[in-house]
Amino acid sequence: MAAKLALAPTILIMLCCYYASVTWTVYISMTRSFLLPVYKLAGAAQYERLFATPRWQVAYGNMFLFGALDIIGTLCLGILLAILLDRSVRFEGIFRTILLYPLSISFIVTGLTWQWLLSPTIGVQHLVRDLGWTNFVFDWITQPDRAIYTLVFAGIWHQSGLIMAIMLAGLRGVDREIWRAARIDGIPTWRTYVSIVLPILRPLVVTCVVLIAIAVVKSYDLVVAMTNGGPGFSSDLPGKFVVDFEFERANIGQASAAATVMLGSVLAIVSPYLYFELARRNR
Amino acid sequence: MTSSRRNARIGRIGLYVLLVWICLFFSIPLLVVISTSLKSSDEVRQFSIFTLPAAPGFAAWIKAWSSACTGLNCGGVRVGFWNSVRILIPSVIISVMAGAVTGYALSHWRIRGANIIMLLLLFCAFIPYQVILYPLVKTFSTIGIYSSLPCIVAVHIVFGLPVMSMLFRNFYAGLPEELVKAARIDGAGFWRIFAFVMLPMSVNILIVATILQTTGIWNDYLLGLIFAGRDNMPMTVQLNAIATTSTGIIEYNVNTAAALLTALPPLLIYFVSGRYFVRGITAGAVKG
Repeated sequence: MAAKLALAPTILIMLCCYYASVTWTVYISMTRSFLLPVYKLAGAAQYERLFATPRWQVAYGNMFLFGALDIIGTLCLGILLAILLDRSVRFEGIFRTILLYPLSISFIVTGLTWQWLLSPTIGVQHLVRDLGWTNFVFDWITQPDRAIYTLVFAGIWHQSGLIMAIMLAGLRGVDREIWRAARIDGIPTWRTYVSIVLPILRPLVVTCVVLIAIAVVKSYDLVVAMTNGGPGFSSDLPGKFVVDFEFERANIGQASAAATVMLGSVLAIVSPYLYFELARRNR
Repeated sequence: MTSSRRNARIGRIGLYVLLVWICLFFSIPLLVVISTSLKSSDEVRQFSIFTLPAAPGFAAWIKAWSSACTGLNCGGVRVGFWNSVRILIPSVIISVMAGAVTGYALSHWRIRGANIIMLLLLFCAFIPYQVILYPLVKTFSTIGIYSSLPCIVAVHIVFGLPVMSMLFRNFYAGLPEELVKAARIDGAGFWRIFAFVMLPMSVNILIVATILQTTGIWNDYLLGLIFAGRDNMPMTVQLNAIATTSTGIIEYNVNTAAALLTALPPLLIYFVSGRYFVRGITAGAVKG
């Protein structure tokens, strides 16, 4: 009885704050709500308008562009680092400490730092010009068709350590017999990693991809601090679109529709993953 | 020396060179920010942020801490710092304890539907904040606490609950059932077993959970921006406001110092508690 009583607040919070709220948002996205909630259903009108809005088209497209590059970059660097550290290097502790510290820093500080590094007036461009290449240009962060790529640098810098930590734990768990057998057969080390060890760790790699993908869909702070969605709204992302429409433009209909698309994106990533993961564990 | 031996040696050297280069890439942003924060205002205007300070000094740090401006308020980031501390302490204590109790109740007390509750909680951890922000704002304004300290604390508890519960439930599920059974035969109830049997065994996981919540809440921006209100603006929100103020000459030395001051508490926690931090971050990676 006491146990049920102790659980009551959690269940209440879960049902009210999460499930009821989600239902409310999804419902509002199917009405004609604008400044205030209206409860008369209007089908997919909000979604039609949303996907006809240029700013949303940019933000939604950016999510896939940023996501693809961020996932590939973070995954490759993270796995590479895990393999390098797995080769029984000396000073492993120092390397780990350096590679993981970005994770403790907020996305706001990360975004501001990278904004300064890439700013043409004080950052890399200025440095290279000081070194003698006076015509050197690196101003992606101020170019509408390039700004979204600068987010990828910061994203990779911030997240690679996490992937490294997860993958390194996985590599350490691989049966040492496999390595012995590969060595006896004369298979080169890199070949053993690519053809034997990484395929064994495929579930772990999938977990990593899912983790980064969810972080991409949810990203908000990073883009706010680094480019604030600009120039114009060229580096906008769905997370920022929703917050801006909800709290600055007070258009809760459009904001709810956009938020529902975000939720759908996360579910599309998570549901199959959880399904296969649970099936795999029960096998 | 045979050629395969030599190849192995070259491979080893290449490995270290590569590692050192990547570590440079990782540490340069922090080093650049530190070095810029130690410069004078004149130096910042003349050179790129990569040049080292000629006469390092803490003037920018002092200005950032006590007199940097957010709009018309020139109280420095110390205002945000103390706001963040005030938000942090109750949020962390309550959310960690709530997670511990939930995890304990769901693992050692045969409650019908415990697995379904866990699955429902798991899905909560994946829901983007944006989906439920507005309903929460409405709810809190109806209750009448929107834009206040209790409001932002409550929001942090709500958003911390799924991951905290899962963290503790996974830990408690690994403890032998006999612990609780024996205590029950001795006549101890739910809360007594929790306080005198479970909690003393949970020191490690409590540290992991506390570190995870502390860094998470300290680094939060979106929730502080929406729910804390003007008088309780956390440090990250204030920092972003200072750094994006575009009136007059941008004082990069002050801005970098403010950014460092904001990053310092989680960085210190990380450097002091290394392994616990990594354990928490991998367990809580779904959050946010």
